[in-house]
Amino acid sequence: MSGDPLVSVRNLEKYYPVDTGLFSRTESYVKAVDGVSFDIMPGETFAVVGESGCGKTTLGKTVARLYEATGGTIAFEGQDITDLDGKALRQLRRDIQVVYQDPSSSLNPRRRIGAIVKEPLAVHDVGTKAERDERVAELLRRVDLPVEFRHRYPNALSGGQKQRVAIARALAVEPKFVVLDEPTSALDVSVQAKVISLLDDLQDELDLTYLLISHDLSLVKNVADRIGVMYLGNLMEVTDSRTLFENPVNPYTEQLLSAIPVVESGEQSLKPPSVEVRGETPDPKDPPSGCPFHPRCHRAFDACDAVDPELVEVEDGHQTRCLHDPGPKAEAVAEHRSDDVTQEGVTED
Amino acid sequence: MSNSETVTADDPGVLERRREDLNRVVYRFKQNPMSILGLCIIFGFVFIAIFAPYIAPYPNDAGYQNQPAVHFDQKFESPSAEHLFGTDQAGRDIFSRVLFGTRLSLRIGVVVLAAAVSIGVPVGLVAGYLGGGVGMALMRITDVFLSVPPLVLALAVSVALEPNLTNVMLAIAAVWWPWYARLTYGEVLSVKEETYVEASRGIGATSTRTIFREILPNVLAPITVKMSLDMGYAILVAASLGFLGLGAQPPTPEWGTMVSQGRDYMPAQWWYSTFPGLAIFLIVLGFNFLGDGLRDMFDVEVQ
Repeated sequence: MSGDPLVSVRNLEKYYPVDTGLFSRTESYVKAVDGVSFDIMPGETFAVVGESGCGKTTLGKTVARLYEATGGTIAFEGQDITDLDGKALRQLRRDIQVVYQDPSSSLNPRRRIGAIVKEPLAVHDVGTKAERDERVAELLRRVDLPVEFRHRYPNALSGGQKQRVAIARALAVEPKFVVLDEPTSALDVSVQAKVISLLDDLQDELDLTYLLISHDLSLVKNVADRIGVMYLGNLMEVTDSRTLFENPVNPYTEQLLSAIPVVESGEQSLKPPSVEVRGETPDPKDPPSGCPFHPRCHRAFDACDAVDPELVEVEDGHQTRCLHDPGPKAEAVAEHRSDDVTQEGVTED
Repeated sequence: MSNSETVTADDPGVLERRREDLNRVVYRFKQNPMSILGLCIIFGFVFIAIFAPYIAPYPNDAGYQNQPAVHFDQKFESPSAEHLFGTDQAGRDIFSRVLFGTRLSLRIGVVVLAAAVSIGVPVGLVAGYLGGGVGMALMRITDVFLSVPPLVLALAVSVALEPNLTNVMLAIAAVWWPWYARLTYGEVLSVKEETYVEASRGIGATSTRTIFREILPNVLAPITVKMSLDMGYAILVAASLGFLGLGAQPPTPEWGTMVSQGRDYMPAQWWYSTFPGLAIFLIVLGFNFLGDGLRDMFDVEVQ
């Protein structure tokens, strides 16, 4: 990787207060995003994958400044945008757009497609009325929808068509960075591939940078340049997509990969030796001590419930968050091992 | 188009599309015969209100053009071909007065609701969208108004001001807006959770734009239904105040005032109170039928 990142996120936190009772003074939080850091280079697709409830959508929307961050910083083109507000924030929206998960609810049912796609142009006062109309037509054509659709209401369109409208809307003001929040998960499988390939074409054509939020590893594999695997508000492993699938180092990634359903037996060879996916995601209100993944981990050892690992670089551009690669936490891990010499650590591979 | 998902465009043009939309609405409305009846009644009253000077046989009996007429030689004539609804204690033609009363009642209904909606809806929109302290404060103020029985509050306002037609409208609007604030507030709370509201923010729209472009169109249906249902009630309340002597003052041909005056001559001169009363009954019925029809059409819940 070279050059300056387009988006740079450092120790991003998004906590939600939890009601702990009527008279309780102590506040408790769900840490939906708990200290996440990553960079996104211009023109690349950075995907964040994880199970539902791991905080990936919250992460995406916080980066897009739809939610207020509890802590940490977000930089866009080198400028700190974490605390922008008012007019400056609205200006920033031109550069950062979002495509939402469910197009049925992200399009106002009482407005025509034309008005929906035109809205960003009207908000940012781009061009004359005629130019805006022309731009709407151009955008609809670009997402492979008939221009005549501009007179229709969203409920007259199929899910895939609606998502195309949402994409057209996001692209109307020529953003540099688009957060794709599970853009295909509400669509039929047959339509998913088309929407994805459209997004792919648009990226090449318009020099877009994507943050793709998804739970679908097989989808991510084909489109993402780099992938971050998220678990309970933390990034567990970050690397380029090829390495992630061929040479994952984090036990959670291993479990996720082994959970991809395989139809043809030939595909089996692509995956690491099968490991069982164990247990359920813990209650985010009451996360485990130490490494958040240790209760479900097939490679957990004695230090895991005491020491919280950090994301460390194991090789160039490949980061993992696991005590098997302890980094600066090595000392703490060693301490816990010497505490209890009788217990053998799990064999490392 | 290389895409099989993209359906072939069969664009019939904007006008035709709008006509289709309208046809669908009309069809759904027609499904309910009562709402058609209601609509006919309302149209009838509107027609009467507009053309009252031409329909009424004795417009001056109703004070038309500020030339009130009295004919003491013709007082308390029972209904006849000459005086369809009979005459009152000053020999005025009750039929003419009831016709002119339509103008007053419709005006009261329209003005009261326009005022109530233009206060209540913005309050509800702002309180619902902003939430937090501002929303809480606005809704508590609303609750204070709601905690007083409407007729009692309207009475108080009307007495405090001096009973006349303008103040009656003011008084009723003052007790009516909180209902719209409440209704709008509740609708906004559910609509603002929709992704398209978040999307509007994500585009960079100001709160004002989001409220008026995205939220308002989605809360209009229940408000419209409530307005048509309330129109009848507003007219009824105005008539009640008139009946209690706190509304329009005689000789204004206001229905409630006429019923009240006629009460002194019951039952011998039964026609004096009966016909204005029937008019009130009919117009309230008409708005209720219409409102019910609209409610079914928009498929919304209004308490």
